[in-house]
Amino acid sequence: MSYKILSLGDSASFPGAHPLLDKAERDGDVALVLGNRVPEALERLGKRDGYRAVVVELDMECLGVYTGESRGEEGSNMLGFARFRLGSDPASNLIELVRQPATPQAAIDAARRVFESAGLQVAVCKDVPGRILNRLIRPYYNAALRRLDEGLASAADMDITLKLGLGYPEGPIGLLERTGLDRHYDVTQTLWEAYGDPGYVPARRAQIAKQRALVEAQVQAWTERDDEIADD
Amino acid sequence: MSTIKTVGVAGSGTMGSGIAIVAARAGFRTIVYDVSQPSLDRARKQTEGFFAKSVERKKLTQAQVDTILGNLSSTTDIATMAQCDIVIEAVFENLKVKHELLAKLDAVCPPETLFASNTSTLSITEIAAGSGRDERVIGMHFCLPAQLMKLVEMSPGLRTSDEAFQAAWDLCKAMGQIPVKTKDNPGFILNYFLIPFNNDAIRMVEAGLAEPAEIDRAIKTGLGYAMGPLELLDLVGLDTHLLVAEALYAGTHEPRNQVPALVKRMIAAGHLGRKTGQGFYKYSGNAMFGG
Ligand SMILES: NC(=O)c1ccc[n+]([C@@H]2O[C@H](COP(=O)([O-])OP(=O)(O)OC[C@H]3O[C@@H](n4cnc5c(N)ncnc54)[C@H](O)[C@@H]3O)[C@@H](O)[C@H]2O)c1
Repeated sequence: MSYKILSLGDSASFPGAHPLLDKAERDGDVALVLGNRVPEALERLGKRDGYRAVVVELDMECLGVYTGESRGEEGSNMLGFARFRLGSDPASNLIELVRQPATPQAAIDAARRVFESAGLQVAVCKDVPGRILNRLIRPYYNAALRRLDEGLASAADMDITLKLGLGYPEGPIGLLERTGLDRHYDVTQTLWEAYGDPGYVPARRAQIAKQRALVEAQVQAWTERDDEIADD
Repeated sequence: MSTIKTVGVAGSGTMGSGIAIVAARAGFRTIVYDVSQPSLDRARKQTEGFFAKSVERKKLTQAQVDTILGNLSSTTDIATMAQCDIVIEAVFENLKVKHELLAKLDAVCPPETLFASNTSTLSITEIAAGSGRDERVIGMHFCLPAQLMKLVEMSPGLRTSDEAFQAAWDLCKAMGQIPVKTKDNPGFILNYFLIPFNNDAIRMVEAGLAEPAEIDRAIKTGLGYAMGPLELLDLVGLDTHLLVAEALYAGTHEPRNQVPALVKRMIAAGHLGRKTGQGFYKYSGNAMFGG
């Protein structure tokens, strides 16, 4: 399966070298649209019917934003994707591939094959906020942070319990502090707005981390301004 | 250092037989009590099989196993438990059954004997309330299979004395286990986090958002978990999941703990998981389809 890449703006999924980028051709059966300037890139791509699949990079938004939706019958050769990453961790090997109700199976298969040919794993899901992983894990992370505040157990005991008891590679508290509680805030706040489900309400510790990150950014801006004034 | 010499285990089912292996293997004189002789016989056979494998794999010598098995006895006579410094109960998950058992044990055991409960979902304080010695009752939640899993969640009830908790903690370590301390909360740590997570994964399948294999692949690849939630549920059995989740919901009333309707439909259809050949996946022998 040959594919081409059209890249415009920053790509969170493929910020650096990757076999997927190396194997792209000038033209191909599948078009991958990378970067955060999707509407512009689609404009440049022009006619989309000729491709087996046109796959656009998504951030937190849904694919429907670019395709439009109607009557639950939407679906074309256009799919969405995001490479999963947890906070400041490097991007994982997982591609969440987003389909719509009437997306043809052939388009899904074509898109899947492109990613798999570059050594990535693909999980197909419908076009919902948080897709699979964020939708599943954020309530668990919020609950862990809340229970830590409530004194269920120490952070170390909670982490070791989930590692030894369930074989998780890392406990929730260690993982969130390592990858950025403020980043957890951003994702779970978006999902809270989308679903109104209390499980997504950012836990107190995530709220504090976010506010602290904002304060630190402000201090940084002041310091830089003062430095500039001193330089003048 | 543990001052405990004789460990009693009440209940010789899945968990009790595993806990007895842990205690005997660590050199404690171990007495297993059950109301059912067939259950004790089954447990003895499985235990002998387990240790035979340990010899085969050169983890233990035959002489060591002979000593361990010599230290491990069983009884249907509750009066025998009078010899125990601690009794760890692993009988049915039912408050009434546990209360009746502890009341009987209280009548035969010396006042110093500690009582520990392996309950997954009941409150340690509530169990202790029917024991006649609530300051000497501790939660000691082993993981399945107990003979292989090191983790033990340990919880004091509201009236448990520090000294009793410490003695049970020391025993846990002396048995080669890794204890963690948690509050007496429904589901402690493990089930409190696992059950709602699994329910959410089931709801995702129920809502048609993704196929089970896609969800499991996402979890394994994205987070490095050894197993996806739906594979795990098939292994545990949906009937068992239903029991634990219903108990957790009854104790918390948190919406995520409520069992999705799909679980009951699957149980009605006989799709309990691996043990019936079909759950979220289809199985034939050890092979899995649809993965
Ligand atoms: N199975 C698990 O995965 C698991 C994991 C952790 C904790 N637990 C907890 O461990 C306990 C036991 O679970 P299990 O799965 O081993 O159950 P099980 O059904 O396999 O075994 C229970 C045993 O207790 C015996 N018993 C019942 N009433 C008794 C009484 N009054 N006196 C003496 N023996 C009696 C039964 O004959 C049976 O042999 C429960 O509290 C359960 O919540 C289970």
